[in-house]
Amino acid sequence: MTDSRDEPLVLGIETSCDETGVGIVRGTTLLADAIASSVDEHARFGGVVPEVASRAHLEAMVPTIDRALKEAGVSARDLDGIAVTAGPGLAGALLVGVSAAKAYAYALGKPLYGVNHLASHICVDQLEHGPLPEPTMALLVSGGHSSLLLSSDITSDVRPMGATIDDAAGEAFDKIARVLNLGFPGGPVIDRYAREGDPEAIAFPRGLTGPRDPAYDFSFSGLKTAVARWIEAKRAAGEEVPVRDVSASFQEAVVDVLTRKAVRACKDEGVDHLMIGGGVAANSRLRALAQERCEAAGIRLRVPRPKLCTDNGAMVAALGAEMVARGRAASSWDLSADSSLPVTDPHVPGHSHDHDHDHVHEVSKENLYS
Amino acid sequence: MLLLALDTATPAVTVALHNGTDVIASSSQVDARRHGELLLPAVDRVLAEAGLKLDAVTGIVVGIGPGPYTGLRVGLMTADTFGLALGVPVHGVCTLDGLAYAADIEKGPFVVATDARRKEVYWARYADSRTRLTDPAVDRPADIADQVAGLPAVGAGALLYPDTFPGAHEPEHVSAAALAGLAAEKLAAGEELPAPRPLYLRRPDAQVPKNYKVVTPK
Ligand SMILES: [Zn+2]
Repeated sequence: MTDSRDEPLVLGIETSCDETGVGIVRGTTLLADAIASSVDEHARFGGVVPEVASRAHLEAMVPTIDRALKEAGVSARDLDGIAVTAGPGLAGALLVGVSAAKAYAYALGKPLYGVNHLASHICVDQLEHGPLPEPTMALLVSGGHSSLLLSSDITSDVRPMGATIDDAAGEAFDKIARVLNLGFPGGPVIDRYAREGDPEAIAFPRGLTGPRDPAYDFSFSGLKTAVARWIEAKRAAGEEVPVRDVSASFQEAVVDVLTRKAVRACKDEGVDHLMIGGGVAANSRLRALAQERCEAAGIRLRVPRPKLCTDNGAMVAALGAEMVARGRAASSWDLSADSSLPVTDPHVPGHSHDHDHDHVHEVSKENLYS
Repeated sequence: MLLLALDTATPAVTVALHNGTDVIASSSQVDARRHGELLLPAVDRVLAEAGLKLDAVTGIVVGIGPGPYTGLRVGLMTADTFGLALGVPVHGVCTLDGLAYAADIEKGPFVVATDARRKEVYWARYADSRTRLTDPAVDRPADIADQVAGLPAVGAGALLYPDTFPGAHEPEHVSAAALAGLAAEKLAAGEELPAPRPLYLRRPDAQVPKNYKVVTPK
């Protein structure tokens, strides 16, 4: 074991959605995880409003950086680098974090690392369970993403195995919660009701699980519609909607497909480690079923504690520290926020103007410059 | 005194260094979609031109808008974070005041108007280059025609709508040099500058969903 003082001390900033996250790590050790959330401001809109999130990031950033430094008990001068989510995410929200990170790194004379949000979700597990095995299979599920990724080196090689072809898993939870009038966000409340319901009460469809369907892609749109129709039929017939059973059966359909495909991908690729991250990884049934199926298949499961699964700054710092440790190139001062940064780019090295990828910046669909 | 001024509330990404009496270096680039990419390199260039390092700065001056939000926040977030890292004060200046100062009009009244997109302008009325008469507002040009009739006007918002602003002329965009000059004057006179908080003037576009969309076919 090397002296932990030799490990890079990195501050990470995350603003891709509605959480303003600032984390500080030393190598794979978590020192601070400060979060300011604007979730309450979005609740009445039933989803994240990009402009509301961006405004909240600007307000929260400086106090959150301050809080993280105090929590970690370190001085900004001692940092070895500043990492920031460069994408993917909401364009306007990302830009607030990127602006802060650039100014902070520049003023302190530290290197800047623009990193990928999805790779950060994977790398955060180093703070919980130590260095990532190489390769690692990762199942990332949240309100914004549902992907199966295979990584042999989190700083340079992340390969997409599959992804949702329509809604993200977390989005389906939000929508069903809305149909059931349970409020926003939907994940935690459905998880709670589901614990008292019967997961086999209603046979909801398992999307993309036919023999000719893509093995690792997901689809939750059909499930969402099937559940909504089932509830509407009950209401139309004047019957009471069994919220607990609907929640349990819906949740079971989601986590059944997620874990089945993740375990299959591990087996097919000969990978003996599966990590699960993203906000939906906080779901208790997903954790339990994944554990059960991984054990049966001889796969070691790694799921960080719920607070590290949802968006946070520590995950960005974790990946930044790995970039420093492996000597990856820092980003340049013209680093831009890229709402559709491809998952195959774990970070955005310098001279970003020479580095273009052919994709449209339309993922967030927000009117950026209105 | 060494002020670093920046403004991203108009299509211009503009940075200047001011020693309390003179502008010692400045940069302005017009590119309404690349504020985030252009600002830090511009700061770096301006400091290099002056042969100074950022830690020599004794205060930050930032345009607080009104202006299109996404760009506006780049300047404010950068200024805030510089202030935090350097431990120096961050002063806000209304972007329209910067334009009025640059217009250098001794005797008004006159109008400053910038482009608010969506066929609207951000605007205010001035008695002279240092004296604003009205709070910054956002309106359709036609709706304020009688309030600005017969007055000279400056800014891209005025140049864009000649029917409402027939007397429109330069400057088109704000410059950080003007912003710094105005701030330096006010600070020297012991005036307090506003906090670096954005002037959005509009609520975020967001609608509370009435109900979920029924999926059962009729
Ligand atoms: Zn995420």
